[in-house]
Amino acid sequence: MHRSKLNKFTVADFIMIVIIVLLCLTCVLPFVHLLSKSISDNAYVLAKKVYFLPKGINFEAYIAIFRDGQLTHSMLYSAMVTVIFTVLGLITTVMAAWPLSRRRLKGRVFFTFVIMFTMYFGAGLIPTYLLYSKLGLLNTMWVLILPLIFAPYNFLIMKTYFQSNIPDSLEESAYLDGASNTQILIKIILPISKPILATIALFLAVGRWNAYEDSKFFITKKSLHMIQYLLSMMVLTASESEKISISEASLVTTTPEVIQAAAVMFVSIPILCIYPFVQKYFVKGIMIGAIKG
Amino acid sequence: MIKQKRFRTGPETGTTWKRALKRDWELYLMLSIPLFLTILFKYGAYPGLRIAFMNYLPAKGFEGSEWVGFETFRKVFRDRDFLLALRNSLIFNFAEVIISFPMPIILALILNELKYPRFKKVSQTILYLPHFLSWAIIGSLTYTLFRTETGLVNNILLSAGLISKRIPFLTENLNWSITYLLVGVWAGMGWGSIIYLAAISSINEELYEAAMIDGAGRWKRMWYITLPGIKPTVITLLIMTLGRLMGSSYERLSAMGNVNVKAVSYQLAIYIYEKGLASGTGFSKAAAVGLFQSFVGLLLVLASDRFAKALGEDGLL
Repeated sequence: MHRSKLNKFTVADFIMIVIIVLLCLTCVLPFVHLLSKSISDNAYVLAKKVYFLPKGINFEAYIAIFRDGQLTHSMLYSAMVTVIFTVLGLITTVMAAWPLSRRRLKGRVFFTFVIMFTMYFGAGLIPTYLLYSKLGLLNTMWVLILPLIFAPYNFLIMKTYFQSNIPDSLEESAYLDGASNTQILIKIILPISKPILATIALFLAVGRWNAYEDSKFFITKKSLHMIQYLLSMMVLTASESEKISISEASLVTTTPEVIQAAAVMFVSIPILCIYPFVQKYFVKGIMIGAIKG
Repeated sequence: MIKQKRFRTGPETGTTWKRALKRDWELYLMLSIPLFLTILFKYGAYPGLRIAFMNYLPAKGFEGSEWVGFETFRKVFRDRDFLLALRNSLIFNFAEVIISFPMPIILALILNELKYPRFKKVSQTILYLPHFLSWAIIGSLTYTLFRTETGLVNNILLSAGLISKRIPFLTENLNWSITYLLVGVWAGMGWGSIIYLAAISSINEELYEAAMIDGAGRWKRMWYITLPGIKPTVITLLIMTLGRLMGSSYERLSAMGNVNVKAVSYQLAIYIYEKGLASGTGFSKAAAVGLFQSFVGLLLVLASDRFAKALGEDGLL
């Protein structure tokens, strides 16, 4: 910001930089540690000698993951669910956000209320479970997709974006040229709304990729579980056994630890790879979409 | 004549439904799909709430189960497990409001003051990262770092000679609570700061220039311009946070909890899952707790919205 350039570099500036650097380290170092552990030799991990550099490099844990096959299967399945979810979610969000962002639309206040109310009052887990069961959604892939593709929060951000970024005059002139409502949306509005479309797509994709409650609640078939659920099961079993590991510390073998580190890296790597490239889009999108007016 | 043909873009006025439908039928058609999803999946679940007032037996279904009025609620409020879960939920969520809520604001203020744009950008990119990790990953990271016998933090502290005995970060109630809250701060703070940074960037630059001419230093500018400038955003987000005072994330609790700290990690989300789905016998009880939770959440949102308006703010609704 140019206003701060006028100031000299002060002690306060120095302290702030130190704080930010330390915070950043807390975000990076755990992964460096995990990565090192996952490619280190068991003996070194067991001896607690692995900090931020791998020792006695080997990739056995990763080989084990691929050989086992279940994690790779879940990974592909999760990727497929995430893609379907994101595409359908984006379409339905536009279908609500665009009409309700138009001030001329009769009944928009009412319809917006109908959608937003569900954000503040949910029926809770049990009624939801009974509903899905009645609809025959339990133990299908669709229970992970259909109920969640349309989220009021995403709708609100996109609607705000359309309201504050698409001038009425743009729509009006297209209309006078003979374009229909659908044509206006597809040919004119969507191409100039890429930042918000990218943002919402990312929200949808990340939300779906990371959530696993529904996997646990509504699915019992092993082949239909999302990857994060499998990972959470691995973590859960590891943490439950902590009680044992305290009393019988000497009996603990570190192999599960290395495998777990490798599994976490395996699940995180797609996000860690894509993330830096999409980051600039979503920040811009939220900046424009989240501010009122 | 031209007036009649004019395309209406202004706010809805006295148009009849017939005219509106004729002009915007495509928009209504579009809207019908998300509306259908909302009604089917969100409103469609509301009728299921009636089992909170029934003695619901899965074998008998809605029709066959007997109505018991508020009996289930009376039972729940005498249930020790429920009282423990309620107490923990309230304590932890209240602690979240006090500890976790201000952090993104503080972070945004610091980021906004950073002088080197390059450094600012890189650090922001890194700080947003935790938001993109699932609780399964965060839980696993937490255990890797803080486990008593093998955790990295204990290993480092021990070999650096800073402690003589390993610290049970995750197996002792108070330690676990602190770790749980701090991990929450870590996970949410970078992401939460985006919205405040957006609010800060929309503050009129001239205000700062005028203040500087008047001789206001950095702290004065922050206190008298930046903070008042983001006040509406803070209040909106605070209202939404208060609405969640009852709820907690099942994923987060199950990823970080363990048998040793059940006394503090047992919260309403866990209660509902364990009594309802996991055991399969307490459907009515779990639904009653869920209803109680949603109802109190809604009341809290409405109350804090009223309160904000009474203070002369925009509020949420």
